[in-house]
Amino acid sequence: MGPEGTGAVTLSSIVAERVDTVAAPGPLPRARRRAPLAWLGAAPFFVYASLFLLLPAGDVLLGAFRSEQGDWTTANVRQLFHAEYLHAFENSIRISIYSAVVGGLVGALICYAALHPGAPRWVRTVFTAFAAVASQFGGVPLAFFFISSIGTLGVVTQFLKDWMGIDIYAHGVTVFGFWGVFLAYVYFQIPLMLLVLAPAVDGLRAEWREASESLGADALTYWRSVGIPVLAPSFLGAMVLLFGNAFAAQATAYALTSGGYNIVPLEITNVLNGNVVSDPHFGQALALGMIVVIAIAVLIYLPLQRRAARWMT
Amino acid sequence: MPISGMVALAIGALYFLVPVFATIKFSVEQGHAGFGLQAYRQIFDDPQFRHTLWFSVQLALETTVVTMALMVPTVYWVHLRLPKIRAAVEAVTILPFVVPPIVLVVGLFDFFKSFSPDWLLQDFVFSPKFLVCAYVVLSLPFVYRALDAGIRAVDIQTLTEAAESLGASRSRTLFRVILPNLREAVLAACLLTFVIVLGEFTIASIALYQTFPVYITTIGSAQAYPAAALTVISVGLTFVAAAIFLVLGRIGLRKRRTALAAGMTSVAPAAVAKLGEA
Repeated sequence: MGPEGTGAVTLSSIVAERVDTVAAPGPLPRARRRAPLAWLGAAPFFVYASLFLLLPAGDVLLGAFRSEQGDWTTANVRQLFHAEYLHAFENSIRISIYSAVVGGLVGALICYAALHPGAPRWVRTVFTAFAAVASQFGGVPLAFFFISSIGTLGVVTQFLKDWMGIDIYAHGVTVFGFWGVFLAYVYFQIPLMLLVLAPAVDGLRAEWREASESLGADALTYWRSVGIPVLAPSFLGAMVLLFGNAFAAQATAYALTSGGYNIVPLEITNVLNGNVVSDPHFGQALALGMIVVIAIAVLIYLPLQRRAARWMT
Repeated sequence: MPISGMVALAIGALYFLVPVFATIKFSVEQGHAGFGLQAYRQIFDDPQFRHTLWFSVQLALETTVVTMALMVPTVYWVHLRLPKIRAAVEAVTILPFVVPPIVLVVGLFDFFKSFSPDWLLQDFVFSPKFLVCAYVVLSLPFVYRALDAGIRAVDIQTLTEAAESLGASRSRTLFRVILPNLREAVLAACLLTFVIVLGEFTIASIALYQTFPVYITTIGSAQAYPAAALTVISVGLTFVAAAIFLVLGRIGLRKRRTALAAGMTSVAPAAVAKLGEA
């Protein structure tokens, strides 16, 4: 905050003190009379959220159980259990778990290395700033980062072939399938873990380490009985967040695989673009499936979050 | 620092830098003709580049203005007078995480088509205004969090009482007392909104709009080198946008009341457009 802002606070708090002592008993009845009107102040927000978020979400939930003729039906939801779509959910969940676990572990190691008490200040600054930027690198540009790196003519592909004699494409690694999507997702999962876990790592007090050392604990004992129990809820909570993040992503996978990889967001895209013949309401059934998976993730996340909050004050 | 820590940091740095350098190198490759700026020249000569970029910047600015107009008064009012419903507002703003863009776009179109008369479909649902409305929703979680953190750091109760006791009206209090104190939070929220919209692909592509990210994908499906050049430009623009907002935050608001809105609508697009023409 600039000096101007600070000045405003000080001046007005002085004024406010006077207001308190002079006028405190006065305005009370007036405030009470106005109370129902206060609700109107929040009305624009709730109207907007209802129109563009809550009702459309409700539309998905109900629409999944409608047929094209407008009757109630479970046909669309039952179709989710056909092999192709089960496979899409399986792929989506698998790539989300893998990228969350790998990105989460690497991100947590980097987070601790960069932020633990005793890390140099500049390392801290560089890595948090970097993570803030890199976690936003979603979407289309990220896809081209990886096409340029591990595409058929990619820089890394060529380097490995020319200098190491390794042809990654001969080993089933392609940028247009699982590996491309996985590596691209890990790219935003690592910095996201760093950002989400940072407050918890900041909460690790240097005194805890000193105390356990003075009681004769070695590094392993410190981690087993202090470090890991304190960080675990935050870490697991962050991991669930990473899972949801990957599960919801569509743009990167679309740009990498031209919509060809069989995951749920791309299946929905195909239904909406009319690339597959199906009841339009089947798109809503797929969308309902996504909401259910994310809702389960949220139910896992909330208690972890509450536990994690205990150590951060 | 222990060796293991340094190794972890080095691997992390490599993982981030290699794809960036690979893309830059890719963008200046010309097949057998060695290296050069051919790909960039091709992009800048393509009128679609300027059109789609300008369209995305307009959408980003409109979304930023609408989001701020909706959320700054809401967050202020809820903190000031309706602390009881703060949890409800917070829960609603987290919902876009549970309803990701690909799901939201399904619901939005189906819901509005189900009851809209023809004129509403023509003038609103099938117009870019509808896209802006959807983008406001996408930015809610970030904007709410930024504004909420900012407003917690300021004693708005005292500020408001002081301003009103001196005879200031509601809007005067909001614009001349509260907003200057929330400058950094508001700028952070604006930046997040702007960057989200500039990069949004899912909803725009399904609604068949040629925004900048949709254009990159179209180019990318056929031409690898120009796509790499576009990616470099796109990431560069994101940094430029971030720098502009940082500078706006530093120089402060000389003309207090609407300088923020004015700065948003004049400085940012001018700089971006200039870069696009370079």
